[in-house]
Amino acid sequence: MLNSFWNWFVIIISIASILGCWWLLHWTRGVSDREGEEVGSTGHIWDENIRELNAPLPRWWLHLFNITIIFAFLYLLLFPGLGNVPGILGWTQIGQYESERAAATEAQESVYARFRDMDPAALTADAEANEIGHRLFANNCAMCHGSDGRGARSFPNLTDNDWLYGGSFEQVLTSINKGRVGTMPPWGAVLGEDGVSEVVAYVQQLAGQEVDAQLAEAGQARYATICIACHGMDGTGNQALGAPNLSNNIWLYGGDAASIAESVNMGRAGKMPAHENLLNEDRRRLLAAYVTGLSERQ
Amino acid sequence: MTYNDKVVRQFVVMTVIWGIVGMLVGVIIAAQLWLPQLNFDIPWLSYGRLRPLHTNAVIFAFGGCALIGTSLYVVQRTCHVRLFAGGLASFVFWGWQLVILSAAVSLPLGFTQGKEYAELEWPIDLLITVVWVAYAVVFFGTIVKRRVSHIYVANWFYAAFILTIALLHIVNNLSLPVNAFKSYGIYTGAVDAMVQWWYGHNAVGFFLTAGFLAMMYYFVPKQAEGPVYSYRLSIVHFWALIGVYMWAGPHHLHYTALPDWVQSIGMVFSLILLAPSWGGMINGVMTLSGHWHKLRTDPVLKFMIVALSFYGMSTFEGPMMSIKTVNALSHYTDWTIGHVHSGALGWVAMMTIGSLYSLIPRLVGEKTMHSVKAVDMHFWIATIGIVLYITSMWIAGVMQGLMWRAFNDDGTLTYTFIETIAATKPYYVIRLLGGLLFLSGMFIMLWNLWKTMLQRPAQEFAAAEPAHWGEQR
Repeated sequence: MLNSFWNWFVIIISIASILGCWWLLHWTRGVSDREGEEVGSTGHIWDENIRELNAPLPRWWLHLFNITIIFAFLYLLLFPGLGNVPGILGWTQIGQYESERAAATEAQESVYARFRDMDPAALTADAEANEIGHRLFANNCAMCHGSDGRGARSFPNLTDNDWLYGGSFEQVLTSINKGRVGTMPPWGAVLGEDGVSEVVAYVQQLAGQEVDAQLAEAGQARYATICIACHGMDGTGNQALGAPNLSNNIWLYGGDAASIAESVNMGRAGKMPAHENLLNEDRRRLLAAYVTGLSERQ
Repeated sequence: MTYNDKVVRQFVVMTVIWGIVGMLVGVIIAAQLWLPQLNFDIPWLSYGRLRPLHTNAVIFAFGGCALIGTSLYVVQRTCHVRLFAGGLASFVFWGWQLVILSAAVSLPLGFTQGKEYAELEWPIDLLITVVWVAYAVVFFGTIVKRRVSHIYVANWFYAAFILTIALLHIVNNLSLPVNAFKSYGIYTGAVDAMVQWWYGHNAVGFFLTAGFLAMMYYFVPKQAEGPVYSYRLSIVHFWALIGVYMWAGPHHLHYTALPDWVQSIGMVFSLILLAPSWGGMINGVMTLSGHWHKLRTDPVLKFMIVALSFYGMSTFEGPMMSIKTVNALSHYTDWTIGHVHSGALGWVAMMTIGSLYSLIPRLVGEKTMHSVKAVDMHFWIATIGIVLYITSMWIAGVMQGLMWRAFNDDGTLTYTFIETIAATKPYYVIRLLGGLLFLSGMFIMLWNLWKTMLQRPAQEFAAAEPAHWGEQR
């Protein structure tokens, strides 16, 4: 809200400016637009041949100008515009937003009501629930996970049944609700250059890739002192921590030696944002059902 | 006494050169919207850095050189006196080129204030201020020592353009420097946005409108060899434009954190702007009335009448787009881009090209350009280019607006963002084609400029005596 000085300042200067336009027309009309008047020249000549006539203002143009001025006053009477004066209609943009929101929510109630009592298995099996889930996914998830859910580098593939935090309905719903922060600490300084390449070789071996056996063996010893804490003895990871399975040759940040070395050296910080406050519960449940269904359908 | 045309000739040549550069950058970024890999993963070729380079180059380099150059020609001819402070005028030319070069280097390197059309960092802003003050001294100094009592209407518009741009530039660029390459603006939040669009829309109003109306008021009657239609109309629409344009900025910020009352004020004043804008168009078009037959033989007049038509069209479109309900559809879409270019190509560039084709022969004592046929060819290529550009962006913009707002019964959007991009792609190709055509016309102009002016020795022309008995002072 404007204080009373600025309120009046705005009101007066706005009205005065509109009236100024009207006055300008009125004033020049007074010296023009006489019936049957000969259109004379002003008599000025510049640069040898530039002259001016003094034709009256075209009537249709004057009417157009006047209509816009009248419209301005009507609009400012009906809508907020003159300082703190709310306008007769009481319109506000936040009011318009909220009423449109409320109308949409009410209209959508019947669409979602039917799914509330369904259990996860029934949701996943329901064709309409899947259709809505697919659209919700396209609106909210596809920008990272891809429109087909196959993800991209740094963004998990949701169709391959390899889960960082678990693939049950409840686990997926928790990921959607609360988001996830997947942190791999940087180990470059601890391991040193040789240490990193050894560990990388061992990790590649875990995944079934062809590697220098001697290097991998040296790596195994280092793995057992550091990596094992999260990724486990056999490299199958730990869903409670979001530590990836290293043994299935599925890679979030790339599975070649250089990419793995980068992960070990610099660490990784993956972030899935929380959607609790972005989507209502109906939508989050349908999304969780759709996402669990993605792997099951593969 | 002779006129000082040296600085005019310099600005004319650089108008064409910078026009080609600025439009070329525009064509490159238009191509990148179609094929993003055309940035070749080189940071200074990326869209985000080239886009401000394009806007700055076409507005301030191409448009700026055209405005300063023609104003220094027109003010001498209509005041019947040699330019005031010739040395300072040379400084204005070289200073302005330095500003442009600094922009051409600093923008691709990524230095920016992040304000649209005011991206240049503070040292360049200071240089602009100094050059602009020098320009004002030269222009108003010439007005002061004029030999006729009445100041011609073109000079009112040039004067308004010079004064308001000084005000807008200084207020919007107030900032605290951190080092030589970085500063922070002194405004924050919604106030910052409002100051920026007060500047942004008045850059349109006073740089791209008032300045080019000034050009129109001299070169249209000169080329048509007929009197200006209505002195009264010029008074009314001049003062109404000056008074009302200042209020229109908030229409760039509809449905944002800007308070409702500011948005409403911006909208109603934008609607009031329709009639004053059309006043300029009427005065130009009616000046040509009685001389329509000349359009058959003089392609220069064709540029001017098409420019006036586009001016009328885009100043109708603008007020319509400022209506909140229309804006809710058009905002953030390519419709805005189409609207801007119907003004920028249709009005600003066509009026500039027409005026230069009228001016260049006069600078060497000739009646027409070396090749009138080439002028005609340029006209058709440019006009077709504009039509392709604007229609494709209209269709793309309305389509985007409709696709973005469509939603299903379950509340989800019918189209994902990427689907709207995919649907826009064909129109980006058509737009690129339109831009290419417009750019190629500029090369024809460069060739014709070369043949007409640059191959001839420079001349000095004697100042005309004030013609009318009541005019001397």
